[in-house]
Amino acid sequence: MHNMTDTSSSASSNRIAIGNTEPEVKVKARGVHVFYGATEAIKGVDIDIYARSVTAFIGPSGCGKSTFLRCINRMNDTIPVCRVTGEILIDDENVYDPRVDPVVLRAKVGMVFQKPNPFPKSVFENVSYGLRLRGINNKTELAERVEKALRGAAIWDEVKDRLNDSALALSGGQMQRVCISRALATEPEILLFDEPTSALDPIATAKIEELITELRQRVTVLIVTHNMQQAARVSDFTAFMYLGELVEVDATSKIFTNPAKKATEDYITGRYG
Amino acid sequence: MTDISSIPTAAPRAVTTSITSGSALMKRRNAAETRFKAYGIAAIVIALLTLAIMLFTIFRDGTSAFFQGTMSFPVTIDETIVDKNGKRDPADMAKVTTVGYARVLSSGLVAHLAEKGIAVEGMPEKEVTDMISKDAPARLRDRVLADPSLVGQTITVDAFTTGRVDGYMKGRVNREQAERDSNVSVNQLDLADKLIDAGILQSKFNWSFITAPDASDLRPEAAGLGIALMGTLYMMFLVLIFTLPLGVAASIYLEEFAPKNWFTDLVEVNISNLAAVPSIVFGILGLAIFINFAGLPSSAPLVGALVITLMTLPTIIIATRSSIRAVPPSIRDAALGIGASKMQTVFHHVLPLAAPGILTGTILGLASALGETGPLLLIGMVAFVTNYPASPLDGGFLDPATALPVQVYSWASRSDPAFIERSSGAIIVLLFFLLIMNVAAILLRRRFERRW
Repeated sequence: MHNMTDTSSSASSNRIAIGNTEPEVKVKARGVHVFYGATEAIKGVDIDIYARSVTAFIGPSGCGKSTFLRCINRMNDTIPVCRVTGEILIDDENVYDPRVDPVVLRAKVGMVFQKPNPFPKSVFENVSYGLRLRGINNKTELAERVEKALRGAAIWDEVKDRLNDSALALSGGQMQRVCISRALATEPEILLFDEPTSALDPIATAKIEELITELRQRVTVLIVTHNMQQAARVSDFTAFMYLGELVEVDATSKIFTNPAKKATEDYITGRYG
Repeated sequence: MTDISSIPTAAPRAVTTSITSGSALMKRRNAAETRFKAYGIAAIVIALLTLAIMLFTIFRDGTSAFFQGTMSFPVTIDETIVDKNGKRDPADMAKVTTVGYARVLSSGLVAHLAEKGIAVEGMPEKEVTDMISKDAPARLRDRVLADPSLVGQTITVDAFTTGRVDGYMKGRVNREQAERDSNVSVNQLDLADKLIDAGILQSKFNWSFITAPDASDLRPEAAGLGIALMGTLYMMFLVLIFTLPLGVAASIYLEEFAPKNWFTDLVEVNISNLAAVPSIVFGILGLAIFINFAGLPSSAPLVGALVITLMTLPTIIIATRSSIRAVPPSIRDAALGIGASKMQTVFHHVLPLAAPGILTGTILGLASALGETGPLLLIGMVAFVTNYPASPLDGGFLDPATALPVQVYSWASRSDPAFIERSSGAIIVLLFFLLIMNVAAILLRRRFERRW
């Protein structure tokens, strides 16, 4: 068994300076604990996520990566036994402030799930749903924004002639990109990807990865992945989590070449997990 | 630690097993599987056979209830009997009872037979006229009162024959029995044969079996399902509008919104238990609460509907909850993830996807309620009712009525075999409605089914 005691990383040690300018912090977590009933799933995570960058979360199954991701847009609210303590600040506003409306929060923080989950409706209805929820009913505006979202997810050319066909008739990779467009339609500032390619074939995976790299220009991306190569390919920063604790976070190039912690090195080189 | 070089390259040939010659163990295993399949097929064959026997006996005994021996002959509506004053005053004419019309019918039949020269040696006239159902004068009276211009004219009347003569035509009554039966004579059966040959007595499709109210023991030939059908229709309508909103709302709340605590656990356990409570218990509850406490009238479709609602709700809630639960959580995640509220998620995505299951569950719940008898007996819907309930707008839901299964029960408990036949006929009608409901469930399911 590996000794995992050396995980007392403080937030300050996780800070990375890029060049000379202090980078803008988009998401700031301080002392986040998550409990499912009596079980502590996340045991105090402090992390800074930089704006317009891709941060990958890696770690063995059950280490709390997805749980942490779902704290950011409060998707954990739907689990009755789930309790979150600590602070998650987005642009210096606490996500768990009682004044926060989760509906507004989730417009700002979009999410893409592991399994492509389009609604059993047409492509157009799928992508326009988030806009309709925000009271946009003007047909031309909807059409424009749906097109923009579909272009943003690099799927416009493939579906422009079948906007009124069921989204379920598409291939798995296309469905996942429709789901990404659906999240993009409301112009979120942060996008959470929860293992977005684990159900896809390598070609579809490559397209999604390419897309994530492009999205970095506009939005802050957090991605949970089990695929180490994927983390290395798409992310600027990598966070390694183990048993509910954040072991190490740093620039991806550093994590994959010269990690500070032995546990990280062991995981990346495939010695356990 | 294995290394490629450590794998022996020239290992001695291993002992191989033949895949064509089976071992004793395999033979036993395969025999067990074949046996198990045979048990399953046998079970299905037995079930289908039982169903076939049941349907066969019901249709064998019940089909004849839809046909009725009917005599057609000309009748002169004698003014001196039905309208002595000759003023065609409805109030005045209404004073003439069915006894008068019976005389009109009798003389018409006797005259017609004399004209055709049909007679049985030594048969008193009374025996001839007794072959006309006691229900026929009442129908003729209604017809004349509705149209007084018929008075004085000669019209053709279709009059039912008695249940016994009808039974003779259907092969249920023979001459040996007739000798011992005070309700029918051998002479009447001889005359019936002649009337059939002359085309006066025929077996005709009997619409009044479906439309007429129940009738007394003396004239089984006149008994019909009209009131039972209306009562059932009223009840099913009320049950539907009571259970569907209540059941769906309760299920949505329990599945999507309710916190998990001891109270909701208790509610859940109780719903499951309520589904297993014997229906007669709900009947007693209905009697105590709706009739004795709330003072609603007995035998009313409204009370029947309330009792059946209580009984059907658990079934519908269980079916609805399981179809809500069958909607994949990923759909909920997707909707919540783009900022739909809990309620929007439920109404935009979960409910439409659960709709086929909810509808099927509701219709099947209603179908089982359609055949429910026990609780209705206790709230008095087994009463002998001859007046149709009013239309729903005129408070018809509170008028006395019966229901189809109760009618089956009450006919089956009467002594005259003609009622037993009608009981089977009523079962056919009941099965027909069940079939319609099940087909509706299948069609709705097809219509709304979507894959995800």
